[in-house]
Amino acid sequence: MPTVNSIYGLFPGPHAAERGMNALRAAGVAPDKLIVMSPEPFEEYGFAQADRPKWMPWLAVLGGVIGGTGGFTLAWYTQTAYSYPLVTGGMPIVAPWPTGIITYELTMLGAILTTILTLLIGARLPNWKPKLYDPAVSKGKILIGVLDPPDQARADLETRLRGAGAEQVKTTGRSAAS
Amino acid sequence: MAQKTPEQINDDLLRPLSGVSARYLIIMACLVAVVIAAAFAFGWQVYNGIGVAGLRRPVFWGFYITNFVFWIGLSHAGTLISAILRLANATWRRPVTRCAEVITVFALCIGATFPIIHLGRPWLAFWLAPYPSERGIWPNFRSPLLWDFFAINTYLTGSVTFLLLPMIPDFALIRDRSSGWKKKIYTVLALGWIGTPRQWHRLEKAMQIMAVAIIPVAVSVHSIVSWDFAMAPVPMWHSTIFAPYFVAGAIFSGIAALILAMALLRKFLHLEEYLLPIHFENLGKLLLVMSLLWVYFVFAERLTSWYGNESSEMAVFWMTQRGSFSPLFWTMVTCNFLIPFPLLAIKKFRTITGTAIASFTVVIGMWLERFLIIVPSLSRKYMPYAWVTSPYRPTWVEITITAGTFAALGLLYMLFSKAVPIISIWELKWGRHEETVRDPVLARRDEEAMA
Repeated sequence: MPTVNSIYGLFPGPHAAERGMNALRAAGVAPDKLIVMSPEPFEEYGFAQADRPKWMPWLAVLGGVIGGTGGFTLAWYTQTAYSYPLVTGGMPIVAPWPTGIITYELTMLGAILTTILTLLIGARLPNWKPKLYDPAVSKGKILIGVLDPPDQARADLETRLRGAGAEQVKTTGRSAAS
Repeated sequence: MAQKTPEQINDDLLRPLSGVSARYLIIMACLVAVVIAAAFAFGWQVYNGIGVAGLRRPVFWGFYITNFVFWIGLSHAGTLISAILRLANATWRRPVTRCAEVITVFALCIGATFPIIHLGRPWLAFWLAPYPSERGIWPNFRSPLLWDFFAINTYLTGSVTFLLLPMIPDFALIRDRSSGWKKKIYTVLALGWIGTPRQWHRLEKAMQIMAVAIIPVAVSVHSIVSWDFAMAPVPMWHSTIFAPYFVAGAIFSGIAALILAMALLRKFLHLEEYLLPIHFENLGKLLLVMSLLWVYFVFAERLTSWYGNESSEMAVFWMTQRGSFSPLFWTMVTCNFLIPFPLLAIKKFRTITGTAIASFTVVIGMWLERFLIIVPSLSRKYMPYAWVTSPYRPTWVEITITAGTFAALGLLYMLFSKAVPIISIWELKWGRHEETVRDPVLARRDEEAMA
């Protein structure tokens, strides 16, 4: 059940959704109050723009460095800390080529695991009880709306959403119950 | 397909998830029977010891290691190909990627069991893992077998992630359309996905990073598998060409497995409107390139050995060219080149049936190739005391376990196709949307259809 105060429209396609978003912006809705949910990424449209996560690759690199350092340390420490008489025929105990392979694999593993973590944290997942959602999004509709709209502005927002082409306009939260 | 509404696409691609036909159950029962037989054979081996297999001195690597190399190679079907196509932004990839990524995960899981099956005492397999133990002995990091452990685990982690991440929006879709216990399961799997721009951008960026990371990992995995052989002073193994030769062979068998899987899915799940002839044609062209590359590598490897004329190498060389292994060798050449080449090079034959036939022969040919790399070389090593006295013959245990793994792949694939849409729905819609953005006529038609 939605637990937030909101008003939103369900649009049949990206062009209508774009009009809906422009209508809300024209009504003076603050950007942090706008809500968008779509069944696919509509990158070409203004309504689907959000902050681009440019830092994600750098975090992956950092994860790779940590993983690689861990891999090298594992190979180096475990071969040298326990000085049982390992006969290597004069060859180095910590051989650079094989150690490089372990380091490489764990570098990549570190980058992969960091990417998963940054995705989950960045996309705020898991969140099994979202405050607002409409299953119509799965049917191809695009949800454009406003969080915590002032009561006196609801009628105007509804008119604007319908005027932009919203098939349905819904309200949630206190005002919806009253 | 451009005229289909999102709801129609949902219906088409989620239809295979509901209900099971009698044909599905019969095929499942057959596959389960083969897997159970394989489990029994493995149990027999554990109970009686590794001696029930046909492994005898000096051929200690037979069917099991052949299967290991084959399945790890086959796993290159998915993640590697999918990652390359994603990075190249090949628009035709969208219906193909998930079919491919699933093969990777299942083939890797199957392949990784073979070193354990191969062990005389499989219950001690955990000794390979580097962890502090009371023995005070760590695994030998200079051993290619330990490199395998790290490479396969990294690749498996990456491949599972690469498969799972784009499944999250589809889990959300199924969550919204299901009820009861199914809804509860898919609610957990969807992780609370609601499709905000922030979530889409993060997912897209994560997939880009994963695609960049997974390609070198995939290459490293099969390079390391090749080094299991190339690091050993065994005739025809100790070769610098082995790593690229193995990687090329892996991609070759991987594409073949992907085409076969797609052809079967298309027929049995009625995905004719989504897995189009163009997909088979494009993958057929890739298969043709890999077939030519494979021939090039085989020629380069054999020419170098022949020109060097080193006696031990030549003994193995002639054993495969015109000796006891020659029927298998020439079958391999026929399956990997002589049959696929005309089928894939001549446009008229590059149909769904043509590419599927070529792929089927390639899968057989690549299994034979793995066998021919391993067994002939071990049969005749450098010293006369290491020459084989009675040739390697696989027993019913090895044959049953091998058959069981093929059945296991089919079984896992069938179960998967009942739980998850085998074509990524949101990516398919996204691709369709990108097409409409480029084409104003399609865009207008699409808007009308949705309204």
